[in-house]
Amino acid sequence: MKIIVPIKRVVDPYVSIRVKSDETGVDTGGVKMSMNPFDEIAVEEAVQLLEAGTATEVIAVTIADSSSDETLRSALAIGADRAIRINCETPLQPLSIAKVLKNIVEAEGAGLVIMGKQAIDNDNNQTGQMLSALLGWSQGTFISEQTIDGDTVKVTREIDNGLETLTLKLPAVLTTDLRLNEPRYIKLPNMMKAKKKPLDTKNFADYGIADDAITAGFTVQKVQEPPTRKAGIIVDSVAELIEKLRDEANVI
Amino acid sequence: MSVLIIAEHNNSELNSSTLNTITAGTELGDVDVLVAGENCADVANAVAAINGVNKVLHADASHYGHHLAEELTPLILGLAENYEHILAPATNFGKNLAPRVAALLDVAQISDITEIVSSNTFIRPIYAGNALATVQALHAKKVITIRTVSFEAASEGGSAGVESISAGEQVGLSSFEGQELTVSERPDLATAKTVVSGGRGLGSKENFAIIEALADKLGAAVGASRAAVDAGYITNDKQVGQTGVVVAPDLYIAVGISGAAQHIAGMKDSKVIVAINKDPEAAIFNFADYGLVADLFDTVPEMTNSTKIS
Ligand SMILES: Cc1cc2nc3c(=O)[nH]c(=O)nc-3n(C[C@H](O)[C@H](O)[C@H](O)COP(=O)(O)OP(=O)(O)OC[C@H]3O[C@@H](n4cnc5c(N)ncnc54)[C@H](O)[C@@H]3O)c2cc1C
Ligand SMILES: Nc1ncnc2c1ncn2[C@@H]1O[C@H](COP(=O)(O)O)[C@@H](O)[C@H]1O
Repeated sequence: MKIIVPIKRVVDPYVSIRVKSDETGVDTGGVKMSMNPFDEIAVEEAVQLLEAGTATEVIAVTIADSSSDETLRSALAIGADRAIRINCETPLQPLSIAKVLKNIVEAEGAGLVIMGKQAIDNDNNQTGQMLSALLGWSQGTFISEQTIDGDTVKVTREIDNGLETLTLKLPAVLTTDLRLNEPRYIKLPNMMKAKKKPLDTKNFADYGIADDAITAGFTVQKVQEPPTRKAGIIVDSVAELIEKLRDEANVI
Repeated sequence: MSVLIIAEHNNSELNSSTLNTITAGTELGDVDVLVAGENCADVANAVAAINGVNKVLHADASHYGHHLAEELTPLILGLAENYEHILAPATNFGKNLAPRVAALLDVAQISDITEIVSSNTFIRPIYAGNALATVQALHAKKVITIRTVSFEAASEGGSAGVESISAGEQVGLSSFEGQELTVSERPDLATAKTVVSGGRGLGSKENFAIIEALADKLGAAVGASRAAVDAGYITNDKQVGQTGVVVAPDLYIAVGISGAAQHIAGMKDSKVIVAINKDPEAAIFNFADYGLVADLFDTVPEMTNSTKIS
Protein backbone atom coordinates (compact mmCIF):
# COMPACT_ATOMS: atom_id res chain seq x y z
CA MET A 1 0.00 0.00 0.00
CA LYS A 2 1.28 3.42 -1.00
CA ILE A 3 0.84 6.21 1.51
CA ILE A 4 0.71 9.87 0.54
CA VAL A 5 1.62 12.42 3.19
CA PRO A 6 0.70 16.02 2.28
CA ILE A 7 2.86 18.54 4.11
CA LYS A 8 3.00 22.29 4.48
CA ARG A 9 5.83 24.62 5.36
CA VAL A 10 4.73 27.09 8.02
CA VAL A 11 6.17 29.68 10.37
CA ASP A 12 7.87 27.76 13.17
CA PRO A 13 5.52 27.34 16.14
CA TYR A 14 8.03 28.82 18.55
CA VAL A 15 8.65 32.17 16.84
CA SER A 16 6.36 35.10 17.49
CA ILE A 17 4.78 36.59 14.42
CA ARG A 18 4.17 40.20 13.49
CA VAL A 19 1.18 41.57 11.64
CA LYS A 20 2.21 43.82 8.75
CA SER A 21 1.47 47.48 9.42
CA ASP A 22 -0.52 47.79 6.20
CA GLU A 23 -2.80 45.00 7.48
CA THR A 24 -2.30 42.83 4.38
CA GLY A 25 -1.04 39.82 6.27
CA VAL A 26 1.56 38.39 8.60
CA ASP A 27 5.21 39.24 8.07
CA THR A 28 6.99 36.01 7.22
CA GLY A 29 10.16 37.61 5.85
CA GLY A 30 13.30 36.35 7.57
CA VAL A 31 11.22 34.28 9.99
CA LYS A 32 12.22 30.71 10.84
CA MET A 33 10.10 28.22 8.92
CA SER A 34 9.40 24.56 9.73
CA MET A 35 7.31 21.64 8.64
CA ASN A 36 3.82 22.02 10.12
CA PRO A 37 4.16 20.01 13.38
CA PHE A 38 1.06 17.93 12.68
CA ASP A 39 2.55 16.97 9.30
CA GLU A 40 5.76 15.88 10.98
CA ILE A 41 3.63 13.52 13.07
CA ALA A 42 1.97 12.31 9.84
CA VAL A 43 5.32 11.59 8.16
CA GLU A 44 6.53 9.75 11.27
CA GLU A 45 3.40 7.59 11.35
CA ALA A 46 3.67 6.72 7.66
CA VAL A 47 7.36 5.87 8.01
CA GLN A 48 6.56 3.60 10.96
CA LEU A 49 4.07 1.76 8.73
CA LEU A 50 6.79 1.46 6.09
CA GLU A 51 9.23 0.06 8.64
CA ALA A 52 6.58 -2.38 9.84
CA GLY A 53 6.11 -3.61 6.28
CA THR A 54 2.49 -2.45 6.16
CA ALA A 55 3.25 0.28 3.64
CA THR A 56 5.20 -0.25 0.45
CA GLU A 57 6.06 3.36 -0.26
CA VAL A 58 5.69 6.74 1.45
CA ILE A 59 5.44 9.83 -0.75
CA ALA A 60 5.59 13.32 0.74
CA VAL A 61 3.73 15.93 -1.28
CA THR A 62 3.47 19.68 -1.06
CA ILE A 63 1.81 22.34 -3.18
CA ALA A 64 4.09 25.31 -2.82
CA ASP A 65 7.00 27.30 -4.23
CA SER A 66 10.61 26.11 -4.22
CA SER A 67 11.26 27.29 -0.66
CA SER A 68 9.35 24.19 0.45
CA ASP A 69 11.95 21.86 -1.07
CA GLU A 70 13.87 21.91 2.22
CA THR A 71 10.69 20.90 4.03
CA LEU A 72 10.26 17.96 1.67
CA ARG A 73 13.89 17.05 2.35
CA SER A 74 13.05 16.87 6.06
CA ALA A 75 10.25 14.43 5.26
CA LEU A 76 12.72 12.35 3.25
CA ALA A 77 15.16 12.47 6.16
CA ILE A 78 12.50 11.12 8.51
CA GLY A 79 12.17 8.24 6.06
CA ALA A 80 9.76 9.03 3.21
CA ASP A 81 10.87 7.32 -0.03
CA ARG A 82 10.31 10.21 -2.40
CA ALA A 83 8.76 13.63 -2.62
CA ILE A 84 6.69 15.62 -5.07
CA ARG A 85 6.33 19.38 -5.12
CA ILE A 86 3.57 20.79 -7.24
CA ASN A 87 4.92 24.18 -8.10
CA CYS A 88 2.62 26.96 -6.99
CA GLU A 89 3.78 30.50 -6.33
CA THR A 90 0.75 31.73 -4.42
CA PRO A 91 -0.63 29.91 -1.37
CA LEU A 92 -3.92 28.14 -2.07
CA GLN A 93 -6.98 27.66 0.12
CA PRO A 94 -7.97 24.25 1.58
CA LEU A 95 -10.56 23.34 -1.08
CA SER A 96 -8.05 23.97 -3.87
CA ILE A 97 -5.32 22.06 -2.04
CA ALA A 98 -7.74 19.17 -1.58
CA LYS A 99 -8.61 19.17 -5.29
CA VAL A 100 -4.97 19.05 -6.33
CA LEU A 101 -4.19 16.36 -3.76
CA LYS A 102 -7.09 14.26 -5.05
CA ASN A 103 -5.52 14.09 -8.50
CA ILE A 104 -2.13 13.17 -7.07
CA VAL A 105 -3.60 10.45 -4.86
CA GLU A 106 -5.42 8.99 -7.84
CA ALA A 107 -2.44 9.25 -10.17
CA GLU A 108 -0.25 7.47 -7.63
CA GLY A 109 -2.88 4.88 -6.79
CA ALA A 110 -2.34 5.47 -3.07
CA GLY A 111 -4.38 3.47 -0.55
CA LEU A 112 -3.98 5.76 2.44
CA VAL A 113 -3.38 9.44 3.09
CA ILE A 114 -2.02 10.60 6.44
CA MET A 115 -1.90 14.35 7.00
CA GLY A 116 -1.99 17.03 9.68
CA LYS A 117 -5.28 17.91 11.33
CA GLN A 118 -4.46 21.58 11.06
CA ALA A 119 -1.87 23.88 9.56
CA ILE A 120 -0.78 26.10 12.44
CA ASP A 121 -0.58 29.24 10.30
CA ASN A 122 -4.14 29.63 9.09
CA ASP A 123 -5.61 27.19 11.63
CA ASN A 124 -8.17 25.97 9.09
CA ASN A 125 -8.47 22.30 10.01
CA GLN A 126 -10.23 21.46 6.73
CA THR A 127 -8.03 19.95 4.05
CA GLY A 128 -8.08 16.30 5.20
CA GLN A 129 -11.86 16.20 5.54
CA MET A 130 -12.23 17.87 2.13
CA LEU A 131 -9.83 15.47 0.45
CA SER A 132 -11.64 12.49 1.96
CA ALA A 133 -14.96 13.88 0.68
CA LEU A 134 -13.67 14.48 -2.84
CA LEU A 135 -12.20 10.99 -3.02
CA GLY A 136 -15.36 9.46 -1.56
CA TRP A 137 -13.19 7.78 1.10
CA SER A 138 -13.67 7.30 4.82
CA GLN A 139 -12.14 9.82 7.20
CA GLY A 140 -10.43 9.42 10.55
CA THR A 141 -9.72 12.87 11.94
CA PHE A 142 -7.72 13.97 15.02
CA ILE A 143 -6.37 10.49 15.61
CA SER A 144 -4.15 9.41 18.48
CA GLU A 145 -3.87 5.77 17.40
CA GLN A 146 -4.31 3.66 14.28
CA THR A 147 -4.13 -0.05 13.50
CA ILE A 148 -4.37 -1.33 9.96
CA ASP A 149 -5.97 -4.75 9.64
CA GLY A 150 -6.51 -6.07 6.12
CA ASP A 151 -8.86 -3.70 4.32
CA THR A 152 -9.81 -1.68 7.38
CA VAL A 153 -8.09 0.70 9.75
CA LYS A 154 -9.13 1.10 13.37
CA VAL A 155 -8.58 4.62 14.68
CA THR A 156 -8.83 6.29 18.06
CA ARG A 157 -9.95 9.90 17.74
CA GLU A 158 -9.51 12.75 20.21
CA ILE A 159 -13.02 14.16 20.65
CA ASP A 160 -14.39 16.94 22.86
CA ASN A 161 -15.10 14.80 25.90
CA GLY A 162 -12.65 11.95 25.52
CA LEU A 163 -11.74 9.35 22.94
CA GLU A 164 -13.72 7.55 20.26
CA THR A 165 -12.82 4.41 18.31
CA LEU A 166 -13.98 3.86 14.74
CA THR A 167 -13.32 1.24 12.12
CA LEU A 168 -12.80 2.75 8.67
CA LYS A 169 -12.88 0.96 5.36
CA LEU A 170 -9.70 1.49 3.38
CA PRO A 171 -8.81 3.56 1.44
CA ALA A 172 -9.01 6.34 4.03
CA VAL A 173 -7.74 9.79 4.89
CA LEU A 174 -6.36 10.10 8.42
CA THR A 175 -5.50 13.37 10.16
CA THR A 176 -3.09 13.45 13.06
CA ASP A 177 -3.47 14.79 16.57
CA LEU A 178 -0.58 15.54 18.90
CA ARG A 179 -0.58 12.25 20.78
CA LEU A 180 -0.28 9.94 17.74
CA ASN A 181 3.50 9.63 18.05
CA GLU A 182 6.64 11.57 18.81
CA PRO A 183 8.49 12.34 15.57
CA ARG A 184 12.04 11.05 15.60
CA TYR A 185 15.04 13.30 15.83
CA ILE A 186 16.62 13.60 12.38
CA LYS A 187 20.19 12.32 12.44
CA LEU A 188 22.87 13.76 10.16
CA PRO A 189 23.42 10.57 8.08
CA ASN A 190 19.70 10.54 7.31
CA MET A 191 19.89 14.16 6.19
CA MET A 192 22.69 13.12 3.81
CA LYS A 193 20.67 10.16 2.53
CA ALA A 194 17.66 12.39 1.99
CA LYS A 195 19.66 14.50 -0.46
CA LYS A 196 19.91 11.50 -2.77
CA LYS A 197 16.22 10.58 -2.67
CA PRO A 198 13.99 11.68 -5.57
CA LEU A 199 12.25 15.04 -5.26
CA ASP A 200 10.19 15.78 -8.37
CA THR A 201 8.85 19.17 -9.27
CA LYS A 202 5.60 19.03 -11.17
CA ASN A 203 2.99 21.41 -12.51
CA PHE A 204 -0.79 21.35 -12.27
CA ALA A 205 -0.92 20.28 -15.92
CA ASP A 206 1.10 17.13 -15.10
CA TYR A 207 -1.90 15.97 -13.08
CA GLY A 208 -4.49 17.12 -15.57
CA ILE A 209 -5.45 20.16 -13.53
CA ALA A 210 -6.27 23.27 -15.53
CA ASP A 211 -4.94 26.44 -13.93
CA ASP A 212 -8.39 27.99 -13.95
CA ALA A 213 -9.81 25.01 -12.07
CA ILE A 214 -8.08 26.39 -9.01
CA THR A 215 -10.16 29.27 -7.74
CA ALA A 216 -10.40 31.09 -4.44
CA GLY A 217 -13.41 30.64 -2.17
CA PHE A 218 -12.73 33.67 -0.05
CA THR A 219 -10.56 36.76 0.03
CA VAL A 220 -8.69 38.01 3.04
CA GLN A 221 -9.61 41.67 3.29
CA LYS A 222 -7.33 42.53 6.15
CA VAL A 223 -5.25 41.02 8.91
CA GLN A 224 -5.07 42.90 12.19
CA GLU A 225 -3.43 42.69 15.58
CA PRO A 226 -5.74 41.21 18.19
CA PRO A 227 -6.65 43.48 21.10
CA THR A 228 -4.02 43.32 23.84
CA ARG A 229 -4.86 42.72 27.48
CA LYS A 230 -4.13 45.54 29.87
CA ALA A 231 -1.18 44.95 32.14
CA GLY A 232 -1.95 43.18 35.38
CA ILE A 233 -0.33 43.25 38.79
CA ILE A 234 1.83 40.91 40.83
CA VAL A 235 0.39 40.08 44.22
CA ASP A 236 2.54 39.07 47.19
CA SER A 237 0.54 36.37 48.84
CA VAL A 238 -2.34 33.96 48.55
CA ALA A 239 -4.28 36.14 50.99
CA GLU A 240 -3.86 39.18 48.76
CA LEU A 241 -4.80 37.16 45.66
CA ILE A 242 -8.01 35.94 47.25
CA GLU A 243 -8.87 39.43 48.44
CA LYS A 244 -8.39 40.85 44.92
CA LEU A 245 -10.44 38.10 43.33
CA ARG A 246 -13.25 38.65 45.83
CA ASP A 247 -13.37 42.39 46.29
CA GLU A 248 -11.81 43.87 43.15
CA ALA A 249 -12.61 41.39 40.37
CA ASN A 250 -15.70 39.87 42.00
CA VAL A 251 -15.05 36.47 40.47
CA ILE A 252 -15.03 34.23 43.57
CA MET B 1 -32.27 33.83 3.14
CA SER B 2 -32.20 30.99 5.61
CA VAL B 3 -29.60 29.44 7.81
CA LEU B 4 -29.23 25.73 8.52
CA ILE B 5 -27.57 24.81 11.79
CA ILE B 6 -26.28 21.32 12.42
CA ALA B 7 -27.08 20.50 16.04
CA GLU B 8 -24.47 18.77 18.18
CA HIS B 9 -25.99 16.33 20.66
CA ASN B 10 -25.62 12.83 22.06
CA ASN B 11 -29.15 11.66 21.13
CA SER B 12 -30.52 12.46 24.57
CA GLU B 13 -29.11 15.89 25.32
CA LEU B 14 -28.30 18.93 23.25
CA ASN B 15 -24.69 20.09 23.46
CA SER B 16 -24.49 23.72 24.59
CA SER B 17 -22.30 24.51 21.55
CA THR B 18 -25.50 24.41 19.49
CA LEU B 19 -26.92 27.30 21.56
CA ASN B 20 -24.00 29.57 20.67
CA THR B 21 -24.28 28.55 17.03
CA ILE B 22 -27.98 29.45 17.02
CA THR B 23 -27.15 32.94 18.27
CA ALA B 24 -24.63 33.35 15.44
CA GLY B 25 -27.23 32.03 13.01
CA THR B 26 -29.87 34.57 14.04
CA GLU B 27 -27.43 37.32 13.03
CA LEU B 28 -27.57 35.92 9.47
CA GLY B 29 -31.21 35.00 8.85
CA ASP B 30 -34.03 32.62 9.72
CA VAL B 31 -32.64 29.65 11.58
CA ASP B 32 -33.60 26.05 10.92
CA VAL B 33 -31.84 23.39 12.95
CA LEU B 34 -31.09 19.87 11.80
CA VAL B 35 -31.19 17.29 14.58
CA ALA B 36 -29.91 14.05 13.11
CA GLY B 37 -29.35 11.04 15.32
CA GLU B 38 -30.86 7.86 16.64
CA ASN B 39 -33.90 8.06 18.92
CA CYS B 40 -33.26 11.76 19.34
CA ALA B 41 -36.82 13.11 19.38
CA ASP B 42 -36.20 14.59 22.83
CA VAL B 43 -33.34 16.64 21.45
CA ALA B 44 -35.45 17.82 18.52
CA ASN B 45 -38.14 18.97 20.97
CA ALA B 46 -35.58 20.69 23.16
CA VAL B 47 -34.23 22.61 20.15
CA ALA B 48 -37.77 23.65 19.19
CA ALA B 49 -38.03 25.41 22.54
CA ILE B 50 -34.99 27.62 21.95
CA ASN B 51 -35.40 31.27 21.11
CA GLY B 52 -34.63 32.17 17.54
CA VAL B 53 -35.32 28.76 16.03
CA ASN B 54 -37.72 28.86 13.12
CA LYS B 55 -38.03 25.15 12.40
CA VAL B 56 -36.44 21.89 13.54
CA LEU B 57 -35.67 19.18 11.01
CA HIS B 58 -35.52 15.83 12.72
CA ALA B 59 -33.87 12.86 10.98
CA ASP B 60 -33.75 9.61 12.90
CA ALA B 61 -31.86 6.50 11.84
CA SER B 62 -29.52 4.04 13.48
CA HIS B 63 -26.70 5.06 11.13
CA TYR B 64 -26.93 8.64 12.44
CA GLY B 65 -26.55 7.45 16.04
CA HIS B 66 -22.83 8.19 16.23
CA HIS B 67 -22.87 11.31 14.08
CA LEU B 68 -20.28 10.00 11.65
CA ALA B 69 -19.34 12.61 9.06
CA GLU B 70 -19.64 10.12 6.20
CA GLU B 71 -23.25 9.38 7.17
CA LEU B 72 -24.43 12.92 8.00
CA THR B 73 -22.92 14.58 4.94
CA PRO B 74 -25.36 13.25 2.29
CA LEU B 75 -28.28 14.20 4.53
CA ILE B 76 -27.03 17.78 4.79
CA LEU B 77 -26.26 17.96 1.06
CA GLY B 78 -29.87 17.02 0.41
CA LEU B 79 -31.06 20.00 2.45
CA ALA B 80 -28.44 22.50 1.34
CA GLU B 81 -30.35 23.86 -1.63
CA ASN B 82 -32.70 25.85 0.61
CA TYR B 83 -30.02 27.59 2.60
CA GLU B 84 -27.47 30.32 2.09
CA HIS B 85 -25.56 29.55 5.29
CA ILE B 86 -24.78 26.19 6.87
CA LEU B 87 -23.38 26.52 10.38
CA ALA B 88 -21.86 24.14 12.87
CA PRO B 89 -19.98 24.76 16.12
CA ALA B 90 -16.18 24.78 15.85
CA THR B 91 -16.00 21.81 18.21
CA ASN B 92 -14.43 18.53 17.16
CA PHE B 93 -17.90 17.50 15.97
CA GLY B 94 -18.29 20.50 13.67
CA LYS B 95 -14.67 20.55 12.54
CA ASN B 96 -14.97 16.94 11.48
CA LEU B 97 -18.17 17.46 9.52
CA ALA B 98 -18.30 20.96 7.99
CA PRO B 99 -15.34 20.65 5.57
CA ARG B 100 -16.72 17.38 4.19
CA VAL B 101 -20.02 19.11 3.46
CA ALA B 102 -18.36 22.18 1.95
CA ALA B 103 -16.10 20.16 -0.34
CA LEU B 104 -19.05 18.29 -1.85
CA LEU B 105 -20.96 21.54 -2.31
CA ASP B 106 -17.80 22.78 -4.04
CA VAL B 107 -17.63 25.83 -1.79
CA ALA B 108 -15.07 27.17 0.65
CA GLN B 109 -15.47 26.61 4.35
CA ILE B 110 -14.78 29.40 6.82
CA SER B 111 -13.45 28.02 10.12
CA ASP B 112 -13.84 29.15 13.68
CA ILE B 113 -15.34 32.61 13.21
CA THR B 114 -15.45 34.97 16.16
CA GLU B 115 -17.48 37.76 14.59
CA ILE B 116 -20.00 38.27 11.80
CA VAL B 117 -19.37 41.50 9.89
CA SER B 118 -22.01 40.92 7.21
CA SER B 119 -23.70 37.99 5.51
CA ASN B 120 -20.49 37.14 3.66
CA THR B 121 -17.75 38.70 5.77
CA PHE B 122 -16.39 37.21 8.96
CA ILE B 123 -13.54 37.63 11.42
CA ARG B 124 -11.48 34.65 12.44
CA PRO B 125 -8.27 34.22 14.42
CA ILE B 126 -5.20 32.86 12.62
CA TYR B 127 -1.67 32.06 13.83
CA ALA B 128 -2.87 30.90 17.25
CA GLY B 129 -4.92 34.05 17.68
CA ASN B 130 -1.90 36.30 17.15
CA ALA B 131 -3.70 37.86 14.20
CA LEU B 132 -7.32 38.40 13.25
CA ALA B 133 -8.28 37.96 9.60
CA THR B 134 -11.33 39.54 8.04
CA VAL B 135 -12.41 37.19 5.28
CA GLN B 136 -15.04 37.62 2.61
CA ALA B 137 -16.67 34.46 1.28
CA LEU B 138 -17.03 34.47 -2.50
CA HIS B 139 -19.41 31.56 -2.99
CA ALA B 140 -23.18 31.99 -2.77
CA LYS B 141 -23.36 29.23 -0.19
CA LYS B 142 -21.32 29.55 2.99
CA VAL B 143 -20.33 26.70 5.26
CA ILE B 144 -19.05 28.08 8.54
CA THR B 145 -17.93 26.87 11.94
CA ILE B 146 -18.53 29.10 14.95
CA ARG B 147 -16.14 29.68 17.84
CA THR B 148 -18.64 29.06 20.61
CA VAL B 149 -17.12 31.34 23.27
CA SER B 150 -17.51 34.30 20.91
CA PHE B 151 -21.30 34.08 20.79
CA GLU B 152 -23.80 34.09 23.67
CA ALA B 153 -25.83 30.95 24.27
CA ALA B 154 -29.39 31.25 22.93
CA SER B 155 -31.98 30.96 25.68
CA GLU B 156 -35.13 28.93 26.00
CA GLY B 157 -38.50 30.36 25.13
CA GLY B 158 -39.14 29.49 21.48
CA SER B 159 -41.88 27.33 20.08
CA ALA B 160 -40.74 26.13 16.68
CA GLY B 161 -42.31 23.26 14.80
CA VAL B 162 -40.55 19.93 14.45
CA GLU B 163 -40.63 18.38 10.99
CA SER B 164 -39.59 14.77 10.52
CA ILE B 165 -37.44 14.28 7.46
CA SER B 166 -36.56 10.94 5.96
CA ALA B 167 -33.15 9.49 6.52
CA GLY B 168 -30.83 8.63 3.66
CA GLU B 169 -29.31 5.26 2.90
CA GLN B 170 -26.46 4.10 5.09
CA VAL B 171 -23.11 4.96 3.50
CA GLY B 172 -21.18 2.38 5.50
CA LEU B 173 -17.63 3.69 5.01
CA SER B 174 -16.97 3.87 8.73
CA SER B 175 -18.42 2.32 11.84
CA PHE B 176 -18.43 3.16 15.51
CA GLU B 177 -16.59 0.80 17.87
CA GLY B 178 -16.66 2.49 21.22
CA GLN B 179 -15.77 5.53 23.26
CA GLU B 180 -14.05 6.45 26.47
CA LEU B 181 -15.73 9.54 27.78
CA THR B 182 -14.49 11.54 30.72
CA VAL B 183 -17.15 11.37 33.38
CA SER B 184 -16.97 14.12 35.92
CA GLU B 185 -19.18 15.91 38.40
CA ARG B 186 -17.33 19.12 37.58
CA PRO B 187 -18.70 21.76 35.22
CA ASP B 188 -18.01 21.34 31.52
CA LEU B 189 -14.67 22.87 30.52
CA ALA B 190 -16.01 24.71 27.46
CA THR B 191 -18.76 26.54 29.37
CA ALA B 192 -17.56 26.74 33.00
CA LYS B 193 -17.52 30.15 34.72
CA THR B 194 -14.25 29.26 36.40
CA VAL B 195 -11.41 27.10 35.09
CA VAL B 196 -8.34 25.94 36.99
CA SER B 197 -5.64 24.65 34.64
CA GLY B 198 -2.45 22.83 35.47
CA GLY B 199 0.75 22.48 33.47
CA ARG B 200 4.01 20.61 33.46
CA GLY B 201 4.89 22.36 36.72
CA LEU B 202 2.65 19.89 38.54
CA GLY B 203 5.24 17.21 37.88
CA SER B 204 3.07 14.10 38.06
CA LYS B 205 -0.42 12.70 37.74
CA GLU B 206 -0.61 12.32 41.53
CA ASN B 207 0.32 15.95 42.06
CA PHE B 208 -2.31 17.05 39.57
CA ALA B 209 -4.85 16.25 42.30
CA ILE B 210 -4.08 19.61 43.90
CA ILE B 211 -5.48 21.30 40.77
CA GLU B 212 -8.62 19.21 41.06
CA ALA B 213 -8.96 20.05 44.76
CA LEU B 214 -8.81 23.79 44.05
CA ALA B 215 -11.25 23.38 41.16
CA ASP B 216 -13.69 21.60 43.47
CA LYS B 217 -13.37 24.31 46.09
CA LEU B 218 -14.20 26.94 43.45
CA GLY B 219 -16.84 24.88 41.63
CA ALA B 220 -14.58 25.12 38.61
CA ALA B 221 -13.75 22.99 35.59
CA VAL B 222 -10.26 21.52 35.24
CA GLY B 223 -8.07 22.37 32.26
CA ALA B 224 -4.48 21.68 31.29
CA SER B 225 -1.61 22.60 29.02
CA ARG B 226 -0.50 20.29 26.24
CA ALA B 227 2.56 19.33 28.27
CA ALA B 228 0.36 18.12 31.14
CA VAL B 229 -1.79 16.07 28.74
CA ASP B 230 1.20 14.62 26.88
CA ALA B 231 2.73 13.59 30.21
CA GLY B 232 -0.49 11.77 31.12
CA TYR B 233 -1.40 13.92 34.13
CA ILE B 234 -4.90 14.34 32.69
CA THR B 235 -7.01 13.29 29.68
CA ASN B 236 -6.71 14.82 26.19
CA ASP B 237 -10.10 16.56 26.28
CA LYS B 238 -8.75 18.96 28.94
CA GLN B 239 -6.11 20.55 26.68
CA VAL B 240 -6.73 24.27 26.42
CA GLY B 241 -5.21 26.03 23.43
CA GLN B 242 -4.74 26.60 19.74
CA THR B 243 -5.19 22.94 18.95
CA GLY B 244 -7.39 22.01 21.90
CA VAL B 245 -10.37 23.61 23.59
CA VAL B 246 -10.91 27.37 23.55
CA VAL B 247 -12.35 28.73 26.79
CA ALA B 248 -13.38 32.19 27.99
CA PRO B 249 -14.54 31.87 31.60
CA ASP B 250 -14.98 34.70 34.10
CA LEU B 251 -11.93 33.40 35.96
CA TYR B 252 -9.03 31.36 34.55
CA ILE B 253 -6.32 30.21 36.93
CA ALA B 254 -3.14 28.94 35.23
CA VAL B 255 -0.93 26.96 37.58
CA GLY B 256 2.56 25.80 36.61
CA ILE B 257 1.95 26.83 32.99
CA SER B 258 4.65 28.86 31.21
CA GLY B 259 2.36 30.69 28.78
CA ALA B 260 3.37 29.39 25.33
CA ALA B 261 1.53 31.10 22.47
CA GLN B 262 -0.37 27.87 21.75
CA HIS B 263 -1.76 27.81 25.29
CA ILE B 264 -2.55 31.54 25.41
CA ALA B 265 -4.58 31.10 22.20
CA GLY B 266 -7.10 29.02 24.12
CA MET B 267 -7.67 31.23 27.16
CA LYS B 268 -6.74 34.84 26.53
CA ASP B 269 -10.35 35.96 26.18
CA SER B 270 -11.07 34.96 29.78
CA LYS B 271 -12.39 37.87 31.82
CA VAL B 272 -9.90 37.56 34.65
CA ILE B 273 -6.65 35.59 34.39
CA VAL B 274 -4.59 34.47 37.36
CA ALA B 275 -1.12 32.94 36.99
CA ILE B 276 0.76 31.03 39.64
CA ASN B 277 4.32 30.26 38.59
CA LYS B 278 7.64 30.21 40.40
CA ASP B 279 9.49 31.77 37.46
CA PRO B 280 9.02 35.56 37.50
CA GLU B 281 10.02 35.66 33.82
CA ALA B 282 7.29 33.23 32.70
CA ALA B 283 5.37 34.59 29.69
CA ILE B 284 2.06 33.78 31.35
CA PHE B 285 2.52 36.86 33.58
CA ASN B 286 2.21 39.08 30.50
CA PHE B 287 -1.37 37.93 30.17
CA ALA B 288 -2.37 37.68 33.83
CA ASP B 289 -4.47 40.25 35.65
CA TYR B 290 -3.11 38.85 38.91
CA GLY B 291 0.21 37.08 39.08
CA LEU B 292 1.65 35.21 42.04
CA VAL B 293 5.34 34.33 41.81
CA ALA B 294 5.51 31.35 44.12
CA ASP B 295 5.80 27.61 44.43
CA LEU B 296 2.52 26.06 43.42
CA PHE B 297 2.92 23.23 45.94
CA ASP B 298 2.62 25.77 48.76
CA THR B 299 0.21 28.27 47.29
CA VAL B 300 -2.41 26.07 45.64
CA PRO B 301 -3.22 24.04 48.80
CA GLU B 302 -3.17 27.29 50.77
CA MET B 303 -5.83 28.67 48.44
CA THR B 304 -7.86 25.47 48.60
CA ASN B 305 -7.78 25.52 52.38
CA SER B 306 -8.49 29.22 52.73
CA THR B 307 -11.53 30.03 54.80
CA LYS B 308 -11.93 33.21 52.74
CA ILE B 309 -13.28 31.16 49.84
CA SER B 310 -16.62 29.61 50.54
C1 LIG C 1 1.61 22.12 16.98
C2 LIG C 1 1.56 22.48 18.42
C3 LIG C 1 0.34 22.63 19.03
C4 LIG C 1 0.26 22.93 20.38
N1 LIG C 1 -0.97 23.10 20.95
C5 LIG C 1 -1.03 23.42 22.26
C6 LIG C 1 -2.29 23.65 22.91
O1 LIG C 1 -3.36 23.57 22.28
N2 LIG C 1 -2.29 23.93 24.22
C7 LIG C 1 -1.13 24.03 24.96
O2 LIG C 1 -1.20 24.27 26.18
N3 LIG C 1 0.05 23.85 24.38
C8 LIG C 1 0.13 23.54 23.06
N4 LIG C 1 1.36 23.33 22.49
C9 LIG C 1 2.54 23.25 23.37
C10 LIG C 1 3.13 24.58 23.79
O3 LIG C 1 4.00 25.05 22.78
C11 LIG C 1 3.92 24.40 25.10
O4 LIG C 1 4.92 23.43 24.90
C12 LIG C 1 3.06 23.97 26.27
O5 LIG C 1 1.93 24.81 26.39
C13 LIG C 1 3.87 24.02 27.55
O6 LIG C 1 3.13 23.52 28.64
P1 LIG C 1 3.47 24.00 30.11
O7 LIG C 1 3.35 25.48 30.20
O8 LIG C 1 2.63 23.18 31.03
O9 LIG C 1 4.97 23.49 30.31
P2 LIG C 1 6.31 24.32 30.45
O10 LIG C 1 6.50 25.26 29.33
O11 LIG C 1 7.37 23.33 30.72
O12 LIG C 1 6.06 25.21 31.74
C14 LIG C 1 6.00 24.70 33.04
C15 LIG C 1 5.95 25.90 33.98
O13 LIG C 1 5.77 25.46 35.30
C16 LIG C 1 6.52 26.30 36.17
N5 LIG C 1 6.78 25.55 37.39
C17 LIG C 1 7.53 24.42 37.54
N6 LIG C 1 7.51 24.01 38.81
C18 LIG C 1 6.76 24.89 39.51
C19 LIG C 1 6.38 25.01 40.87
N7 LIG C 1 6.77 24.12 41.78
N8 LIG C 1 5.62 26.06 41.23
C20 LIG C 1 5.21 26.98 40.31
N9 LIG C 1 5.54 26.91 39.02
C21 LIG C 1 6.30 25.88 38.62
C22 LIG C 1 7.78 26.62 35.39
O14 LIG C 1 8.36 27.83 35.85
C23 LIG C 1 7.24 26.74 33.96
O15 LIG C 1 6.90 28.08 33.65
C24 LIG C 1 1.45 23.07 21.13
C25 LIG C 1 2.69 22.95 20.51
C26 LIG C 1 2.75 22.66 19.16
C27 LIG C 1 4.09 22.54 18.50
N1 LIG D 1 0.07 23.63 0.48
C1 LIG D 1 -0.13 22.38 0.96
N2 LIG D 1 0.48 21.33 0.37
C2 LIG D 1 0.29 20.06 0.85
N3 LIG D 1 -0.47 19.80 1.92
C3 LIG D 1 -1.08 20.81 2.54
C4 LIG D 1 -0.96 22.15 2.11
N4 LIG D 1 -1.69 22.92 2.92
C5 LIG D 1 -2.25 22.12 3.84
N5 LIG D 1 -1.89 20.83 3.63
C6 LIG D 1 -2.25 19.65 4.42
O1 LIG D 1 -3.51 19.87 5.02
C7 LIG D 1 -3.41 19.78 6.45
C8 LIG D 1 -4.45 20.65 7.11
O2 LIG D 1 -4.30 21.99 6.73
P1 LIG D 1 -5.44 23.09 6.93
O3 LIG D 1 -6.72 22.48 6.49
O4 LIG D 1 -5.01 24.25 6.10
O5 LIG D 1 -5.44 23.42 8.40
C9 LIG D 1 -1.97 20.13 6.73
O6 LIG D 1 -1.56 19.62 7.98
C10 LIG D 1 -1.26 19.44 5.55
O7 LIG D 1 -1.17 18.05 5.80
